[in-house]
Amino acid sequence: MDVFEILFWLLTVMAISCALGVILSRNPINSVLFLIATFFSISGHYILMNAQFLAIVNIIVYAGAIMVLFLFVIMLMNLNADVEPQKSRLVQLAAIVSGGILFLVILAALRDSAVRGSIDKNATDIGLIKNLGKTLFTKFVLPFEISSVLFLSAMIGAMVIGKREAAPVTDNKNPKQN
Amino acid sequence: MPIQYYLFLSLALFCIGIMGTLMRRNAIIILMCIELMLNAVNLLMVAFSKMYNDASSQIFVFFVMVVAAAEVAVGLAIIVMMYRKVHSVDINILNRLKH
Repeated sequence: MDVFEILFWLLTVMAISCALGVILSRNPINSVLFLIATFFSISGHYILMNAQFLAIVNIIVYAGAIMVLFLFVIMLMNLNADVEPQKSRLVQLAAIVSGGILFLVILAALRDSAVRGSIDKNATDIGLIKNLGKTLFTKFVLPFEISSVLFLSAMIGAMVIGKREAAPVTDNKNPKQN
Repeated sequence: MPIQYYLFLSLALFCIGIMGTLMRRNAIIILMCIELMLNAVNLLMVAFSKMYNDASSQIFVFFVMVVAAAEVAVGLAIIVMMYRKVHSVDINILNRLKH
């Protein structure tokens, strides 16, 4: 048991227990914090596999930007009270059973699969930003540009959806009430 | 470290995400569980990229993150708009497309 394996099992236990905390905690703020912890442990896995660029992007984009957005929305809606209505016990049990059955089925299918191999500990340099940048800007330059269009449309869409509704037509006579 | 361990870890994370999507009623938590599922898939793809020594799947993980960021922006905007209309994020109330 060397340092690599100890870190692997530590990060695995942390990821799974924090993921369980996301779906089991009653308070949405606690769920967000558990999800941030899950993302940090997944970033730890990336660092173990020497995918340094993705580890940093995961922390910056997911834990830094997306989860802060979730936190802002939850705080704006004042949902940080434990008053969330729960689904009935039967539905919760059905959800857990169906998720567990999916887990068992794929586990049984993958246990004897032909995919064999192992992650060796010696560091490869494909995850470094130099190689990824070369690949991104030669082989994948068209999807990269298209993703910028996707971001632009997502930004415009979020602004159009999120802006307040225009006043009803009947209120047009006295616009001061807007 | 065999690749099987990474397969089972990401499978467990994915199934936890599915359970959360099915058993919670808060729309924001459901969106967060979808993020969890996306991250499980990302972890598996990075593991295979390391195993086959190929950089393409890490680029693919990067694009998945891009799409997830755009999806969260639009999804949260929709949830905020729904909250303004019905003052709730309970998906049992949000089952109508109009009013």
